[in-house]
Amino acid sequence: MEKILEVKDLHVTFRTYGGTVKAVRGVDFHLNKGETLAIVGESGCGKSVTSNAIMRLIPNPPGKISNGSIRFKEKEITRLSEKQMRSIRGVDISMIFQDPMTALNPTLTIGTQLVEGLQQHRKISPTEAKAKALDMLELVGIPNATERLKQYPHQFSGGMRQRIVIAMALICDPELLIADEPTTALDVTIQAQILELFERIQESTGVSIILITHDLGVVAKIADRVAVMYAGKIIEVGTKREIFYESQHPYTKGLLNSVPRLDLQGEKLTPIDGTPPDLFSPPEGCPFTARCPFAMEVCDNVYPVTTARSDSHKVDCWLQDERAKQLLATAEK
Amino acid sequence: MLKYIAKRLLIMAVTLWVIVTLTFILMISIPGSPLNSERNTNEVVQANLEAHYNLDEPYYVQYMLYIKSIVTFDFGPSIKQPNQTVNDLLGRGFPISFELGIITIIVALISGITLGILAALRHNGIIDYLAISLAVLGISIPNFVLATLLIQKLAVDWNILPPATWSSPAHMVLPVIALATGPMAIIARLTRSTMLEVLTQDYIKMARAKGLSPWKIVLKHALRNALMPVVTIMGTLLAGILTGTFVIEKIFAIPGMGRYFVESINQRDYPVIMGTTVFYSAFLIFMLFLVDIVYGILDPRIKLHKKGGA
Repeated sequence: MEKILEVKDLHVTFRTYGGTVKAVRGVDFHLNKGETLAIVGESGCGKSVTSNAIMRLIPNPPGKISNGSIRFKEKEITRLSEKQMRSIRGVDISMIFQDPMTALNPTLTIGTQLVEGLQQHRKISPTEAKAKALDMLELVGIPNATERLKQYPHQFSGGMRQRIVIAMALICDPELLIADEPTTALDVTIQAQILELFERIQESTGVSIILITHDLGVVAKIADRVAVMYAGKIIEVGTKREIFYESQHPYTKGLLNSVPRLDLQGEKLTPIDGTPPDLFSPPEGCPFTARCPFAMEVCDNVYPVTTARSDSHKVDCWLQDERAKQLLATAEK
Repeated sequence: MLKYIAKRLLIMAVTLWVIVTLTFILMISIPGSPLNSERNTNEVVQANLEAHYNLDEPYYVQYMLYIKSIVTFDFGPSIKQPNQTVNDLLGRGFPISFELGIITIIVALISGITLGILAALRHNGIIDYLAISLAVLGISIPNFVLATLLIQKLAVDWNILPPATWSSPAHMVLPVIALATGPMAIIARLTRSTMLEVLTQDYIKMARAKGLSPWKIVLKHALRNALMPVVTIMGTLLAGILTGTFVIEKIFAIPGMGRYFVESINQRDYPVIMGTTVFYSAFLIFMLFLVDIVYGILDPRIKLHKKGGA
């Protein structure tokens, strides 16, 4: 399969008065053409920072991509000039933000905001641009598109606004769409509609999607592969099936156990005790050690080597080591 | 919209009436009259003069006469400046005062907004600190101090610009700087702080994610939102500039309306007091009305015709 995006050893740091925050600490992943990769993890684990780094939207200063490479098709994103980057944003890579209530400019009409990206990047007449905008509104399911183009964001509901944001992101036919928590600010029925919209769009346009979320329900619905992030690192990655049914990392298991399930009614959810580590001075070993029920001495001192369980399924955990398996076996006896 | 405008016009008329009434009460309650002077006048002459200007009538009749003069916009002759009607004075002074005021507002808006934007874009940079220092200076120095300083340095010591009067564009430079600096500083500070806030909004990030150029983002997406508070304080600033013209006109010997306004009060020139007050108030009320209209144009969420709005 063709890789459209490949991220290697990505480090992002933020300089603050309190010191340097290492928000992303060596992230590796890739995205195949036409697939949906979900990046999941709790707040502050670096998933949004990773996606902003791909768009080069990290505010600098204080933020900085301090190391690593992001290859989009043949281009090395980290080395592009701001001007070259501008010709990629919105054209090749687009982004959808979490809150549709604030992602649209309240003082400009939907039509203006839809076509401006198009007019920035393509030589196109206003009539053609408008026709394209109408097509996009139709694609995302907004009725009366002609009249709606003249309206302002406050005249739309939250779900409608997110549809418009999606239309805006897709208007230049990008190859990669980064959706940063696209359904978090919406209520559940609207969430389902928006997810269906993503599926439909992917079918018709073949766009590759990176979906940032902390909602495993969303992941289960539309992801092909899942990357689990914790404290600035990807600790487990695999196909949706591998993550949901054969998860290996104690953190991934913990995440799955903290999701309410319809078939286990009445049972209490199992939270993961503790809090993520301080990213001003992240631990040298596995960042999950302090919260891990299976923590061993080695976990504290050395970051685990990556174990490949299959071509697609990779885990960063010492429990995958043969010696740990023997230890667990004796403990069980 | 038309309904809103009609309603506003009605409110404006009521406001004007309140101002006129208050002015009248204040006017008759200050001691002295336009006909008093150091010279001893013959009692008969005095009585004749009073009768001529209707000053012998009871107050309510005088009040009615004033109201009539306002409705017909004919304020009658000035008492102190013979052979001149109040309308003459207004007609001569207003264009000059208006010119001074409008140029000042334009200069203050353009320079203030530009300074504010630059400061916000270079947040915590040298331009930011410079702009803020300038703004603090501008706010703290009263315009009459600045005016005399400008005259002393630029006109007298260095002889670059003319020190007074209002006869050519070069003559306008100093008074406009003196009058515009204060409002400019306020606008710059306000633009900077709202701009900084707007630039962190999601829709700005969205605009960047679309690949728009930085200037397009600032001018198209940020500025309009950042200008809302500036429009809000425009009303207060306008009033400030208006009263500022009195002082500035005096200092620079500009033959505007402000002179008549101040002199008329000192001389108890009743028709001129009434005429200038009504004129200034009507003008200010109308400008405030324009500000509200601009508000509605800038922000589509504000609907002028609906009560409360969205």
